[in-house]
Amino acid sequence: MLITCPYCGPRDVIEFTYQGDGNRERPQPASQDLDAWNAYVYDRLNPAGDHNEIWQHSGGCRAHLRVVRNTLTHEILSTAFARGGHKSAGHKAGGHQ
Amino acid sequence: MAEYSAFSLLKNALNGNQDWKPAWRKPDPKASYDVIVIGGGGHGLSTAYYLAKEHGITNVAVLEKGWLGSGNVGRNTTAVRSNYLLPQNTRFYEHSMKLWENLSHDLNYNVMFSQRGCLNLAHTPAQLDDYARRGNAMRHLGVDAELMSVKEIKRLVPALDVSGSARFPILGGLMQPRAGTARHDAVAWGYARGADRRGVDIIENCEVTGFLRDGDRITGVTTTRGDIRAKKVALAVAGSTGQVMQLAGISHMPIESHVLQAFVSESLKPIIGTVLTFGMGHFYISQSDKGGLVYGGDLDGYNSYAQRGSLPVVDEVMSEMLALFPGLARVRMLRSWGGLCDMTMDGSPIITTGPLPGMYLNCGWCYGGFKATPASGWCFAWTIAKDEPHEFNAPFTLDRFYRGLIIDDKGQGATPRLH
Repeated sequence: MLITCPYCGPRDVIEFTYQGDGNRERPQPASQDLDAWNAYVYDRLNPAGDHNEIWQHSGGCRAHLRVVRNTLTHEILSTAFARGGHKSAGHKAGGHQ
Repeated sequence: MAEYSAFSLLKNALNGNQDWKPAWRKPDPKASYDVIVIGGGGHGLSTAYYLAKEHGITNVAVLEKGWLGSGNVGRNTTAVRSNYLLPQNTRFYEHSMKLWENLSHDLNYNVMFSQRGCLNLAHTPAQLDDYARRGNAMRHLGVDAELMSVKEIKRLVPALDVSGSARFPILGGLMQPRAGTARHDAVAWGYARGADRRGVDIIENCEVTGFLRDGDRITGVTTTRGDIRAKKVALAVAGSTGQVMQLAGISHMPIESHVLQAFVSESLKPIIGTVLTFGMGHFYISQSDKGGLVYGGDLDGYNSYAQRGSLPVVDEVMSEMLALFPGLARVRMLRSWGGLCDMTMDGSPIITTGPLPGMYLNCGWCYGGFKATPASGWCFAWTIAKDEPHEFNAPFTLDRFYRGLIIDDKGQGATPRLH
């Protein structure tokens, strides 16, 4: 599997660390909404198909990336820097740019 | 129905094996059942078997979208053990071990359960201390565990590199002598035959496409072979749990589906007489009765439904094998494959009533589901029959994640790829 880092170009998957489901929304640090925290920590969408996820190029430029990848075929559909905010890649599976 | 005995083997051998009967029927689905079990893998079949045997509930259908045992029950590396640290896990898996010890007799089907032991190798003093702690925890609950010295390990597995110049020198190990392996296909076939002969309908090529509902209550399923109603609908679909739950309108679960690869080498003469695990990575190996080395390592590490993995993990697994057994460097790998693992957020399973009325849920087996097959079905059948969990599966609820009651044997937190 090759992931195209927007900074470094196409690189082997072993250079990257998987950070999981990119659809989750982290509550504000001061939030006392237990349901929101529980959902953030434990709940996953886990689709069979296009998946919005976060990877870190830990063996390269160390940037966090927002990747849309198909979990049935392992095809990478899009990559972008994650710092623009994770919701822009679509909140639901399949909602990539 | 095929009966197996020394006499029937002899009689059929003399007849040229022409008269064997099928081990289970191929019935068409009825319009309704008392219980529908979705998933004809090891756990679904054992659930149906124990529903019939222990609770007298025989009006049961097992629905399998492919052929029987086409999923993880035929894709695992066949190890059976109960060497856990936390008491919730130890009690459950030890119950499973006791069922394994009598399974071939119980099923009148040889599952080739071989108690050849499972040895976890330690490579640092801290790891050896940790193993001593786990061994003591096991012995507290009546499970067998022994610390082994390097000398004893060398005697048990002479091919192992126990020298000080190994990449990760071995300092000792934790052995569970009653652990071992079983023939995984035979487990599926034995449970299927046992359930079938008690009246359970095993319906293959029957994919669940949706749920029939009365308000919130689940009242049956729609399938590729028509609608089927049931008083109780039980899910045992492992890696497909998220997909089936979405059919019921539940979009999020504390589960990620990952791919785990497994490997078999060409056949060798007996060289490894136990189940061996490497402590400086994640690697486990045993030798099948045919002589092939059966081994595997870590998950590929990202969500996947592909049932196939990628090469970096193959490379890592082979490196780990050679760190232990330099002498196997020229052995050829024969086959490799991938299976879907339903990884929970704490590495422990879920066997529970709900989450919807009329529904029962069995999932979250991570990559340890095979050894749990008997107890999983036994506890799930109890839960379905009595509408409450047995004490062995009472801790394995779905809401434990939200109530601070997680059972994290490895202490990794909510990072499924690391469990």
